[in-house]
Formats: sequence, C-alpha cells, structure tokens
Amino acid sequence: MISFQRVFKRYPNGREALAEVSFDLASGEMAFLTGHSGAGKSTVLKLIALLERPTRGQVIVNSRNTASVGSRAIPAFRRQVGVVFQDHKLLADRPIYDNVALPLVIAGVTRRELDKRVRAALDQVGLLGKETSFPMELSAGEQQRVGIARAVISKPPVLIADEPTGNLDPDLALEVMNLFKRLNDVGVTVMVATHDVHLIDRFGVRRIHIEHGQLAGLPPDVAA
Amino acid sequence: MSRPDPSRKAYASERRSPVAVLSTWIERHVQTLVSSLGKLVRQPFATVLTVGVIGLGLALPACLYLVVLNASAVTEGIGSTVQLSAYLKIPMTAEQAQKVLRSIEARDDVLDARLVTPEEGLRQFEDMSGFGDALKALGDNPLPYAITLRPAPLFDSPQAVESLADELRTLPEIEIVQVDTEWVRRLDAILDALRQVVLLAAGLLGLGVVAIVGNTIRLDIYGRRDEIEVIKLVGGSNAFVRRPFLYSGTWYGLGGGLLAWVLVAAAVGLLAGPIERVATLYASAFRLHGLGRDGILALVAGGALLGWIGSWITASYHLRRIEPRA
Repeated sequence: MISFQRVFKRYPNGREALAEVSFDLASGEMAFLTGHSGAGKSTVLKLIALLERPTRGQVIVNSRNTASVGSRAIPAFRRQVGVVFQDHKLLADRPIYDNVALPLVIAGVTRRELDKRVRAALDQVGLLGKETSFPMELSAGEQQRVGIARAVISKPPVLIADEPTGNLDPDLALEVMNLFKRLNDVGVTVMVATHDVHLIDRFGVRRIHIEHGQLAGLPPDVAA
Repeated sequence: MSRPDPSRKAYASERRSPVAVLSTWIERHVQTLVSSLGKLVRQPFATVLTVGVIGLGLALPACLYLVVLNASAVTEGIGSTVQLSAYLKIPMTAEQAQKVLRSIEARDDVLDARLVTPEEGLRQFEDMSGFGDALKALGDNPLPYAITLRPAPLFDSPQAVESLADELRTLPEIEIVQVDTEWVRRLDAILDALRQVVLLAAGLLGLGVVAIVGNTIRLDIYGRRDEIEVIKLVGGSNAFVRRPFLYSGTWYGLGGGLLAWVLVAAAVGLLAGPIERVATLYASAFRLHGLGRDGILALVAGGALLGWIGSWITASYHLRRIEPRA
C-alpha cells in the first residue's frame, strides 16, 4: 500500500532529509513512524501526500508510483490519502460541518450523500451535534478529531498523521490514538508519525524508526 | 495484502449517474455564486471602493460614446436642411432660366428647387442687408437668376451633396454653385476622430478594469492563503480553488457595469433639460439620446466579462504559485 524503495531526499536548501530509506507497509497495516525531530519523519509523510517529491528512489502509494503522478493529477491523488496534521489545519471561519465536508465538496458529492457522510464521520469521532460550532469553540482534542473526521470522510485507503497528539494531554492523546486504531481495524492503512513513546507501548503495532534520515533499529528505551 | 482492499468498495459507491453529477455541479456553482456575493457584502467598504473605480472606468467611455452618438444625430438633422444655391450666367432670359429650373427639378437627387428672379433677389438683399439705398444708386439690377435647391433625403450626405454640386457646375447655364456644407464635413471628420477616441478610451479603460479586478482578487487570494493551502491539501484542484475568485471578479465587474449605467443615466437626466431648451431655441426637435437597451446591456455585460477576465488571469497565475507547506 505504501512502499519506499531506496528513497533519497535533498531539499533545495541542500539539507539531506532522507538517505536510502526503504520500507513496505501492507494494505490494512498500521505503523508508527518514530524518530527525533528533524530525523525525517515529516519528509516521509510529505512524500506520501505528494507535498514533496523524492530526489532519487521510488515512492509507491495505493499501487501508484508517485513519479507517474503529474502536477494536474495531484489533487485526485491526494483525495486517496487522508492527512491529519498536528495543528489540524481547520478553516477557522467555517463551521465544523463545512470543514468535515470539504473533501466531499471537492469530489462533487450530492447534498444528500454529503449530509449522511458528514454525520457518519462526526459520529465516528464522537462529535455528532457539533456541526454548527466553529473550530475555536472546540477543545484541542475535539479540533484534532474534526481533523481526523475530515481526513477519513472520503474513505481514503491510506491515512497518514503527523504528530496528531503533539498538543494533547495524555488522556486526549490516548483517545485520538484509539481512534486511529479503530480506523485501522476497519481496513484503513494507517501511518502515524509520533514521538510519544508511552503511547506507542500501549499499542502492539509495527514501528518504523528513523535516525538522521535512515532507517534504524529501535532505540534502547523501548527495545527492552 | 491479507485484507480486502477497502478502497475498491469505497470508490465504487461514488460512481454516480451523469444527471446526479450535473445537478451536483450546478448546485456547487449556485452555492459558490451566492457565497462569493455574501463575502463581498460582508466587506462593504472595500467592495464599494472597487466597484466605484470600475464604475467610473466604464462610465467614462460610455459618456464619450453618447457625446459622439448625439453629435452625429445633430449633424444628420443638419444634412436634410442643406441648401445649394446655383447662380445662372448673365445675360439670361426668363424662359432660359425656367428651362434650367425644370431640368434641375427633374433630377432624382433633388428634393425641390425654386427660381429666384433678379428682382426678388434684390428685394431680399435690401430687406436683409439694409443697403437698399446704395443699391438703388446702381440703377441697373446687377443680380443674376438664382436657383436654390435642397437635396433629396437619400442624397444628403456631404459626399452626395458635393457630387451634386460638381455636376451642376458642368451645366453651361450655371456660373457658380455654392454649397455651405464645408463645416458639416469638418464636423463629420471630427466625429470620426472622436469615434476612434471612444474606441481607444474604451480599450484602455477596459484594460484598467481588468487590472483593478486582477489586483483586488490578488489581495483576496493572499488574504486567504491558508484556506487555499488547506483546500489543496485535501485534494482541491486549481479549478476548484479558482472558482470562488472567478465569481467575485464577475460580481465586481457586474456591479461596476450597473454603477456605470446609473452614472450615465444620471448624466443624461441632468443634461436633457438644458439641451432641450437649447434645441427649442434653435427650433430643433433634437432630444438627447440615452444608452438604449442594447447599450445598457453591452455596458453591464461588458463589465461582468472584464471582471471575469481580470479574475481569471490573476487567479490562474497566483493560485498555481500557492502550494501547501505542511
């Protein structure tokens, strides 16, 4: 579902973010992407969402080599990859309903279908009834769940998240992580970048660890 | 790939009939149409300024156009009152003069003609000039027979009148033909030049409108940069992101066109009274022309089109440059 083959990424400013990274994430699999800040986690996610392109090597998402996706085809490609951000990137001047519905509005879904699916997505993240609220009226955890509802509403086969629990206290973080696990249980391929070691331990899922732009063995603090 | 691929089922359910696709598409456009108008209404000050500048930019060439249109109408009215005077040679008997008159009357391009005898001419001259006594001192009447004629309605253009005069000049009985159309021709030439000025002004100010709308939309785009990035992040295409800006630009242009219409109508309304009084003093039935239905339609639709063009150029250029920086 997600496959990195000897991926090398150097940014225009000369910084080498990834060097020879290869891994495979099977369809329906879930993995945590760990590593220090600046290790290359964000770059991995950016390559999956086609926010960046690899300098060398292949990135394959949903059985599609991203190198074959032209700039005009990027929007359609992104609709098959749900993305959750640490700062959730909600539209502050639009109610929750509009925020969650956005990917479907882009896809041109009918009004009736839209209503049904926005409700279903909000129900999934436990926010049914908040449709008319604005993002600022919600707590940090609730805002993050709105971001997740938006990422999954178009039923993308792949969901990636960049430090989704970074701003949350432990209880809320656990709640959000459980949500990702539940989505994975219904078949979505999930990759979550995080440095929240305590949380990772509670979920028995695969870990992909990056150090200085390269895959590395697990650090001693969790290897035990 | 141990589990079934959830993507297949999910995307299969999104296959829709062409009718549903079309109705959803129309629904989205109507929604964008209304919401883009709402955005403009929510920032009235900026909107009024932009629409005002566009309105003035469109009203100016429209007013110039009306000046030319009305001036043309005035000279057309003058054309039908053009008179030619043909002075016959001396000596000339009354019968000869009558024969010349009949031959001129018979022409297709002559509406009517009248013979002025030397005696009649002398009387008119005495009445009008006040030199009656001086003329009496001459003893003999020095005036020739004269024929005054008016061209037929279809032959009253300056060129036709001039060729009529040229043909009369070739007649052996005629000494001099006078046409007082020189100033009409000059006015016509000036109006021709003015028409070019109107076209030029309309072109330049039209470009100005495109630039104004473009700049307004550019500011709008950068003011909503975050929103655009988010929409692109979740898979919005350039066309999708551009759509509301196209509607905004069209609204600006439409508003400017309507304002220009109001401005021109107000100017015509203000000037109609005074011009009617002037026309009455000259015993003319001239009435000031307004834009008319076609003119109004052209002004308003033209404004909307220019607004759309301005926003399309700007949005296409700038939106491509905004890429999400997650």
